[in-house]
Amino acid sequence: MLLIAALGLAIVFGLMGVINLAHGELIMLGAYATFVVQNIFKPFGEPWFSFYIIVAIPIAFIVSALMGLIIERGAIRFLYGRPLETLLATWGVSLILRQLVRSVNWSLFMAIGIFALLFFGGMQLLKRLVDWQNIRSKALVILLPLAAGIAIAFNLLLGANPALSKPWFSARNVDVTAPTWLRGGTTALGFQTPYVRLFIIALTILCLIGVYWFLQRSTWGLKIRAVTQNRTMSSCLGIPTSKVDALTFALGSGLAGIAGCAVSLLGSVGPNTGQSYIVDTFMVVVVGGVGNLWGAVVAAMGIGILNYLIGSGTLALFLTSVNAPQSLIDLLLFFATSSMAKVVVFALIIVFLQIKPAGLFPQKGRTAEL
Amino acid sequence: MINETGVQIKRRKQRNRIIELAIIFASIIVLAIILPSVIPAFRLRLVGRFLSLAIVALGLDLIWGYTGLLSLGHGVFFALGGYALAMHLNLQLPEGEIPSFFTLYGVKELPWVWQPFYSFPVTVLAIFIIPGIMAGLLGYLVFRNRIKGVYFSILTQAALLVFYNFFNGQQEIINGTNGLKTDTEQIFGLLVSSPSVQRTFYILTVVLLILIYLLCRWLTSGRFGRLLKAIRDDETRVRFSGYDPTGYKVFVFAISGAIAGVAGALYTVQTGIINPSIMQVAFSIEMVIWVAVGGRGTLIGAIIGTLLVRLAQTFLSESFPEIWLFFQGALFLIVVTVLPDGIVGWWRDYAWLKLRSLFGRKPSLATYPSLAEDPEVDQERDRLSSK
Repeated sequence: MLLIAALGLAIVFGLMGVINLAHGELIMLGAYATFVVQNIFKPFGEPWFSFYIIVAIPIAFIVSALMGLIIERGAIRFLYGRPLETLLATWGVSLILRQLVRSVNWSLFMAIGIFALLFFGGMQLLKRLVDWQNIRSKALVILLPLAAGIAIAFNLLLGANPALSKPWFSARNVDVTAPTWLRGGTTALGFQTPYVRLFIIALTILCLIGVYWFLQRSTWGLKIRAVTQNRTMSSCLGIPTSKVDALTFALGSGLAGIAGCAVSLLGSVGPNTGQSYIVDTFMVVVVGGVGNLWGAVVAAMGIGILNYLIGSGTLALFLTSVNAPQSLIDLLLFFATSSMAKVVVFALIIVFLQIKPAGLFPQKGRTAEL
Repeated sequence: MINETGVQIKRRKQRNRIIELAIIFASIIVLAIILPSVIPAFRLRLVGRFLSLAIVALGLDLIWGYTGLLSLGHGVFFALGGYALAMHLNLQLPEGEIPSFFTLYGVKELPWVWQPFYSFPVTVLAIFIIPGIMAGLLGYLVFRNRIKGVYFSILTQAALLVFYNFFNGQQEIINGTNGLKTDTEQIFGLLVSSPSVQRTFYILTVVLLILIYLLCRWLTSGRFGRLLKAIRDDETRVRFSGYDPTGYKVFVFAISGAIAGVAGALYTVQTGIINPSIMQVAFSIEMVIWVAVGGRGTLIGAIIGTLLVRLAQTFLSESFPEIWLFFQGALFLIVVTVLPDGIVGWWRDYAWLKLRSLFGRKPSLATYPSLAEDPEVDQERDRLSSK
């Protein structure tokens, strides 16, 4: 689970050097997409309903990827090479998305549509009609408030109609029920394993293979890797770097969507769901090293397992059985809650970074910048 | 201005300094004497809180605007300062008693962490020394390995989350999620929430804000400040010039943490409670946006930005609670894309020049007159850039 999320992030961060704080919100969008798909399939009855999850995965991917595309085109495009600013901008995006999910309804939806139509349509029209270069800034100043004003007026007008102003999701959490064939569990290797977790593990492996194949074997993957290694050079060789950027970002976002799908199977989903994952995924990327899929895999597994071992007190139990000193056991028991486990894992990460500052699999290079 | 002599430059600097002192003095009078008598006590408390937040913004500006280290974890230091003071206030009890919440969790003995906070001087020291040491330690561990830029930001954010979890989980030591109340406690035998004490805290906030402003001013103006800027602009080069940036970065980060601690303590007594929610990720990033709105790399910008954003937040979220988040998100985007230098930067680079030209003053020149005032050069530049 952590791995899919981290995978998307590793792609976006590692390949583009962009910190995407809205990644958690993209996960949340994916989860909500799953919820919507489930509701669409409900009326169809049992044989169809069981397989909604198969449909939900690509749809979650597409929804998140589209949103990622919008974010990239709208904001991040202007900020390449300024990672700290990107970080703030994506935080802004994540705030907007969170509130959007809470209060989105038909009238707001249509208002946004109208705004986009008026603003971008007007820009296109002006571009075709007149000398664009000279009036660009003036046109922006006039069009933006005009379109926004009309859209807000429209929103208020429609908001009077209660059927249209009812929020789609509201601030409460929504639940996704796993299809019947994923309920229950199996007892393999002495561990009680629910099918849902097995499904997610399979999904993760599938995603991993897919991404690996895409990056290593396809033409676009080649281009993405080329841009990662040397942007200027690839641009000189005729690779459309801005298109590649958009594609990479969309891919990373889409993976977040799939992660969201997996999250929705594990528990209920709310507007703030994304927040709880974001720092963990970043830790994975930091430990794993930039631009390396295997690093992300190993780091995700390592952090996940450590978290579980310390948090559940398994380690303490184990040490009791091998007669470790009592003080050590007490210390471990003190940390044997899930929140305290995070404290320990963070301390371990700091220690780890003392030994290998650039992550598990650092990129080799000759620059003085590490 | 190009042909100024040394004497003229000196005189101009002196004049600027006098103007600045006058402005500071005027703002002290307005904030500390006029404002308390004009607005109601409730609002005054609000302003006091904003001013203490402005203090954190100063500390943040010191490390972000001047040294280029974006910390997303200043909530930790802020909260540490706040907790230190709150613990002291909670201990103003008759001999042998312990704060009442301990009995809820069956704790009989006062935990050792609390012991030093009986004495007032120790508390005052702890308010800035504990966050400072914490920041220094974290900074040392991170900077030693030349981890920087975005990694540093993420690590500070993770540290924030860790502390948040830690304080939330430790019910037996510091009352977990419920936090510590300060309103119902006493200081020097007076109730903390009484108007006179609050007024004192307010004036204390104003004075400390000015003092810390001057401290930051002093730090950033001299040789040390220039070194900080050099680290921001090209750290590798600083290292190759024979300096070790690590020490400077750790030091300035510790100072910034200490400032945040002071601010946290002031904020706590004027809010009436401190709980771990102050260490939420969102709050610490908000601090960054105050600095960004005001203009980073300018100390006065940090103060202005904080006051503006907090005022806007108060009014907007009082009238439209839903829109505020949208507005805040948009603020992040706008500041980053349109106003990278913040309000002060915009004023300095654009509006001030416009205003000057309105009054017929010649614009001050950045390059040689022959380059900047030649219309042919302008035309050529336009032609080249439109291609």
